[in-house]
Amino acid sequence: MKTILSRPVYGTLSPQAGKSHLLIADAEGASAILDLAKKAPEDFFANAHIMFIPGRTGDSFQNALKALKPAQYYEGPSVAAALPRLTWVLANAHMGLRMYLAGTEGLIGQMMQAALEAGIDPASIQTEHRGSWARRMQCVHCKGITENVTTQPATCSHCGLLLLVRDHYSKRHAAFQGVCINAEDPTEIPQKEEIFR
Amino acid sequence: MSAGTNKLNVTVTEVVAVNELVKRFHFERTDGGNLPTFSGGAHVVVEMRDGDITRLNPYSLMSSPLSTRDYTISVRRDDVGRGGSLFMHNRVKRGMEMVISYPVNLFSLDLRAKKHLMIAGGIGITPFLAQTAQLASYGGNFELHYTCRSEALGSYSDVLRERYGNRVSLYLDERNERIPLERLLATQPLGTHIYVCGPAGMIKWVRDSAAAHGWPDDAVHYEHFAAPQPGTPFDVKLAVSGLEIRVGEQQSLLEAIEAAGVDPPYLCRGGVCGQCETNVISYDGTFKHNDHWLSDEEHCSGKKIMPCVSRFEGRSLVLER
Repeated sequence: MKTILSRPVYGTLSPQAGKSHLLIADAEGASAILDLAKKAPEDFFANAHIMFIPGRTGDSFQNALKALKPAQYYEGPSVAAALPRLTWVLANAHMGLRMYLAGTEGLIGQMMQAALEAGIDPASIQTEHRGSWARRMQCVHCKGITENVTTQPATCSHCGLLLLVRDHYSKRHAAFQGVCINAEDPTEIPQKEEIFR
Repeated sequence: MSAGTNKLNVTVTEVVAVNELVKRFHFERTDGGNLPTFSGGAHVVVEMRDGDITRLNPYSLMSSPLSTRDYTISVRRDDVGRGGSLFMHNRVKRGMEMVISYPVNLFSLDLRAKKHLMIAGGIGITPFLAQTAQLASYGGNFELHYTCRSEALGSYSDVLRERYGNRVSLYLDERNERIPLERLLATQPLGTHIYVCGPAGMIKWVRDSAAAHGWPDDAVHYEHFAAPQPGTPFDVKLAVSGLEIRVGEQQSLLEAIEAAGVDPPYLCRGGVCGQCETNVISYDGTFKHNDHWLSDEEHCSGKKIMPCVSRFEGRSLVLER
């Protein structure tokens, strides 16, 4: 699929050489961790920390994740709730830490943003998309963030403008850019289509 | 002519014997004024005109990048090398005019790093003198671990200890001290970059250990200028220039190509920068690859050679040059 350069590209998680491993997933992202576990060396999870945000669709994965016997296991209600823990973990982490992010683009983007801020080298982070393609969108006019955007165009939940959700992605904001779709003629209201499933 | 080979006319303003193996040389512009700015880790190529032979050797700049009044380099005497260091030690005197290249940096600091961990072996200390001066000028976070044979041969260890106190650790072979690499690699905060300059074996040790500890390649920096090794003379056909040349025992392939009047691109002359990469058209024999530029696959392919440090043994070699 042809797109623009800033559109993030995701890969497939695989166990890396390292002293410790931080695995973070939301919803179906858990299945990427379970797939990685099949290829991991025996002692991999003895030095691993799993952070899981089940969301609305991830409840069936918790037992399987715990059965991997990670050194630490955390479960939280949202990315926002998990971020302070991530910041604390990274502040105390050492070189040799490998990060694995799996799940929705919103989770991957926000965790990546916090990790890069902590100084981790991007080459130490692997990502894999699983589950919903719903987007985290920033309105370029009011700067408000709208989570879980599934339609094109989408309404800004802060200023109410009707926005074209672009592929243009900001790493700094961990969000796609939304630009007013009918600035010339606000009475023109294009039909919303659900395309980010 | 190639990028980075702009020349500077300089005068030797001081020659200082640092210890029994190392001499320091200070250069200023012959026409006065300031030299070009550079960043820590940069090197210059020094031209040594020795009768019919012109040697071009790279040396790291060790003076502070904050001052471009002069450049200083330190040269370790190598009694069995091809003679460049002996020329510097025995023939270069104060007041002499010389030609050096503009500085080129193939070992620069990654200024996005939160901390810089430096590992030096022997004369590999020189780029770190410039880098530590650069970092210290704005309160950068660094730690230097320096290993050498003996106290007497630990060039600049006294200066560094005086400037930076316990941010500098010294390890002496004569006291059986060794850099605690495993502990260092395991205890660095996120965002640390490691830099190593020293003998080939030490660079390999640090790179392999860092990879095993899970350090990403992007955070591991190294510089090793391979001095061209002498070897059996061999003949080469230069297909583009239509010349046949002989590479002497004490000559590098690049030097032989230049001596024939061909002006190929080059930058570091130490097998690290990639500028002089040359395509092989045909060959019958064995390559003696000594560079750090080509991949293992390329070394085995018989399709490329780095003429600054690599040689050939066999019946025939035709290069696209």
